[in-house]
Amino acid sequence: MLNPRDPDQEAVGDIAPRLEQQLDAPAREWLRQALAEAEAQPQKSTWELHFASAGRQCGRAAALDARVLLLHSAGPDTVTLTRLYHQGTAAERAAVLRALPHMAVGKTPDAVPLVEDALRANDTTLIRAAVGRYAAAHLDRHGWRHAVLKCLFTGVPVRSVNDLARRARGDAELARMLRDFAHERTAAGRSVPEDLHHVLELALESAPAHPPEEF
Amino acid sequence: MRIFDPHIHMTSRTTDDYAAMYEAGVRALVEPSFWLGQPRTSPGSFYDYFDSLLGWEPFRAAQHGIAHHCTIALNPKEAGDPRCLPVLDELPRYLVKDGVVAVGEIGYDSMTPAEDTALAAQLQLAADHGLPALVHTPHRDKAAGLTRTLDVLRESGLPPERVVLDHLNEATVDEAADSGCWLGFSIYPDTKMDEHRMVRLLRLHGTARVLVNSAADWGRSDPLKTRAVGDAMLDAGFTDDEIDQVLWRNPVAFYGQSGRLELDLAPDPAAVTHEGNSILRGGE
Repeated sequence: MLNPRDPDQEAVGDIAPRLEQQLDAPAREWLRQALAEAEAQPQKSTWELHFASAGRQCGRAAALDARVLLLHSAGPDTVTLTRLYHQGTAAERAAVLRALPHMAVGKTPDAVPLVEDALRANDTTLIRAAVGRYAAAHLDRHGWRHAVLKCLFTGVPVRSVNDLARRARGDAELARMLRDFAHERTAAGRSVPEDLHHVLELALESAPAHPPEEF
Repeated sequence: MRIFDPHIHMTSRTTDDYAAMYEAGVRALVEPSFWLGQPRTSPGSFYDYFDSLLGWEPFRAAQHGIAHHCTIALNPKEAGDPRCLPVLDELPRYLVKDGVVAVGEIGYDSMTPAEDTALAAQLQLAADHGLPALVHTPHRDKAAGLTRTLDVLRESGLPPERVVLDHLNEATVDEAADSGCWLGFSIYPDTKMDEHRMVRLLRLHGTARVLVNSAADWGRSDPLKTRAVGDAMLDAGFTDDEIDQVLWRNPVAFYGQSGRLELDLAPDPAAVTHEGNSILRGGE
């Protein structure tokens, strides 16, 4: 299911008007100026300071969208983007992950190590951000299956997993992993996450006539 | 009773502590960066720790309904270790982060020339970044350490209202109060201060500019000591408003000077609208 509030799943042109509606006048002005600077001088570190301070300028709730727009405007190369991720707070890391589909690197597998890093975390905001549109397009099958399983383990709703139905459909190995997980839970007298049944149904559906591209 | 613990090392505490703190009324805290008991051997060890104070630990706190902010610095105990000094050059990239509300803990441990340098440099960083500073007063030779700390503070560009002097006691409170700095008191089970001595000091010095913390860490300490002070104040006849000033409004006012406090994750909607929302927004 599509969550229209996740900025990696919107057209980038739709984010700014939606965000501006949430901001008061000073924050709106800050955002316009920060985006203009990021676009005009992406080599200067000023925009990176804006990237860091977006929370206190726009409020924490709006900061994700603001950071995604800043990344889109500055268009950093993979090396810079990787540095921003690794030197970022959890909120900044989530923004890097959400911005990937809106950037040139989003068309390449070069940012997969960032997704893998986030999937090693235990912070569910990072795990959610990691299973967005970029992961759906670029994670290999093994990594993707484990991402789905990690969501079930950590209580991240599987509706956060982008393109779940397409990637899960007819995936016999995913079905086996889910069944084993369900068995382990049942044997322990614990409940099986409701979401598991939903993914299992998808995985048990017959594979499409044109099988998905092998990753 | 709503409580803001302005100094507690949650990295060293369990989730049971978080649950008990929430139960006792703690809704916000500041975690100053400090040492780990075991000396660090490389700058990278600091960066992982700082990243955790800006990532994992706020996430953990939020799960228990507690807003988490931190202070970042090269701590006094390790400021004299040449292996750790490169950290000073990396601090600026941390001091711009949203969750960082002060430079700290800084100050003296053994009062060496290396500690002089680190203290002065980090006070300058606080001034440059528009941040307050959390200044630890030394446990050994405390009175002399405070005097030397105040000398360095006067030479720095940081106004006293942007500084809290922490771990004060009966012997150091007067000199600290005369400096115009905020006064920090760490309430421990049996060392730095206890809640009854704290109440006596509050009677003498009043409730203005006072921060009370548990400073709980991996040592013998108690994350509920802030609540113990609130209860002791109540028993001693302080009003609810005075208790709220010490345990909530004072830390909000002090760290609010950073412009970076965001306290609206309080799950109780009544608390969010308390006093027209301004306090929970961190004095913005």
